[in-house]
Amino acid sequence: MTILDVKDLSVDFVTETGTLQALRKVNLAVPANRIVGVVGESGCGKSTLINTVLGLLAENGAVTSGEILFEGQSDLVHLDANGMRALRGQKIATVFQDPMGALNPVLSVGRQMRDIQYRSALSRKEKDARSIEMLRKVRIPDPERRLAQFPHEFSGGMKQRIAIAMALLMQPSLLIADEPTTALDATLEVAIIELLKDLQQQIGCSVLFISHHLGVIAELCDDMIVMYAGEVVEHGSTRDIFHNARHPYTKKLLACDPARLSRREPQLPTIPGTLPDLRDRPKGCIFQARCEFTDEACAEMPPDIPVGGAHVTRCWHAGKTTGARA
Amino acid sequence: MLQYALKRLGLSVVIVSVAMAMLFAMIYVIPGDPASVALGPRATPEMVQALRSRMGLDQPIWVQFARFYFSALRGDLGIEILSGRPVLGVVFEQLPFTLALIAGAISWSVLLGIPLGCVAAIRRGGFVDRVIGVLSVAVIAVPSFVIAIYSLLIFAVALQWLPAIGAGEPGNLGSQLKHLILPSLAIGVGWVGYIARMVRASMLETLEASHIRTARAFGLPESRITYSYALRIAILPTITLLGVGVGTMVSSAVFAEIVFARPGIGKLVYEAISVRNYPVVTGAVLVTTVFFVVVNAFADIIIAALDPRVRSSFS
Repeated sequence: MTILDVKDLSVDFVTETGTLQALRKVNLAVPANRIVGVVGESGCGKSTLINTVLGLLAENGAVTSGEILFEGQSDLVHLDANGMRALRGQKIATVFQDPMGALNPVLSVGRQMRDIQYRSALSRKEKDARSIEMLRKVRIPDPERRLAQFPHEFSGGMKQRIAIAMALLMQPSLLIADEPTTALDATLEVAIIELLKDLQQQIGCSVLFISHHLGVIAELCDDMIVMYAGEVVEHGSTRDIFHNARHPYTKKLLACDPARLSRREPQLPTIPGTLPDLRDRPKGCIFQARCEFTDEACAEMPPDIPVGGAHVTRCWHAGKTTGARA
Repeated sequence: MLQYALKRLGLSVVIVSVAMAMLFAMIYVIPGDPASVALGPRATPEMVQALRSRMGLDQPIWVQFARFYFSALRGDLGIEILSGRPVLGVVFEQLPFTLALIAGAISWSVLLGIPLGCVAAIRRGGFVDRVIGVLSVAVIAVPSFVIAIYSLLIFAVALQWLPAIGAGEPGNLGSQLKHLILPSLAIGVGWVGYIARMVRASMLETLEASHIRTARAFGLPESRITYSYALRIAILPTITLLGVGVGTMVSSAVFAEIVFARPGIGKLVYEAISVRNYPVVTGAVLVTTVFFVVVNAFADIIIAALDPRVRSSFS
């Protein structure tokens, strides 16, 4: 079953300097029990995507087309605020990037974990027992005592583990992890990734994992989505994309990953050019200005072209790029 | 928490001691010899000398300060010149009226200011927010004595809803509360504006914080997010503001007590100054200082009770 199915989703923001097309015709699917990575530069629409799924778009943002199917039925785009709130935290949980600020500084960890369970009929004691069990699962030592403590009494890595415990407390079917390891140092990052993988298997939920760290995506994710300037340019299994990238942007992105360089370069490679202005999107292919394959076909927006199995790419030249390894 | 409270109260003792030293220095440098002022222009030098040694004015300054300090600790603030009664008794007789007035002013500013600030923050940019904004600035800008006089004219003289002067019958709580409404409103109404502005600003800042986004992402009801997750943080600067504001309220109380002909510390000091009754002025200032310091200690203790980060930074 597909847990999250986003079809043709477009989101606009109305700003003082014009309408900003933050997402355009985004298609993606998160199957049950799979970890799907979303990779892309800052400003590519990763956060807008999450906020749209959560129903937490800023007031000036609106969905202009498309649908978001959750567990095959409810279209989240048309769900009202109460229906959406009933899903958040219960069925769809989120771990945010900044562990330092993600917890309320004046309420104890126990109080915050109890509040998340406000819809459950359990007694206060039973709720606390569940919180303790969850804290133990994320390997917080001495959880009974820690429950009464406040966020500032924990280290950054512990706070992120508490945030994960909070997210998994209600056994959601979808966990959205928004760069959960970006603010942590490398050793902690590995520990959190392993913890997430372990808990995902225990609980049996799907994960939408946002990151700009290709190594983490390769390590953790079954499938991956490459976003560029508000579009999903390539979507497929992590293996297919890493070994047989078909979109020119994906290829360049992979070529820029320092971890994948085969020899020491005096200068790290970059992608020439800049992101297009989303207030004035180019007609046709979004990557044409920075692409070496651009020709007259690219003046029209390419559809999502299947290139083998579930592997799709939004490029007219997907055929030409076959076999050219990144 | 208890540890923090004790530390904070200990600090208050130090602050009061410093304030007393400054007060003593002020008395010392006021021109004119207290003994000759007390005895009047026709006193002989021998009489002045005798009174000086009786008052201890011929002792070295540090002995005088030590006497002043330790007798104040014992509650002895000297004798009032005119009636010969102990100053502390005179001041304590008036203190409850002023405390009630300030408590009333704080109630107005808290009970109106905090909800108005919250509503303005939630409806930011909307019509309600703008109306609250304009009204807040208006009440901040108008001096409290103008509000005192106009509220007297409207509610006491024209509409005759509320009494105009006095503090109400002794022992009759209802009458005393009725007499409290207008003067406390006159002092507090500007603070309603201040607090509404302050709560709005810190509420807007807090609602943008990422932990509020987390709370929303966990589907908590918006009312709980606003009033228990955000307000608890947004209220902290307001408590400090109110603690400091009590000082300003005490000085506004002088106006209010005169305009509404209420007894109280403000009126006592005003009358004592006009007849150069220095022991009463000193005593009243000292009692007010202690009150101010204690209020601020409590403000800090309330903040520590609400914010665990403050508690642990002191332990």
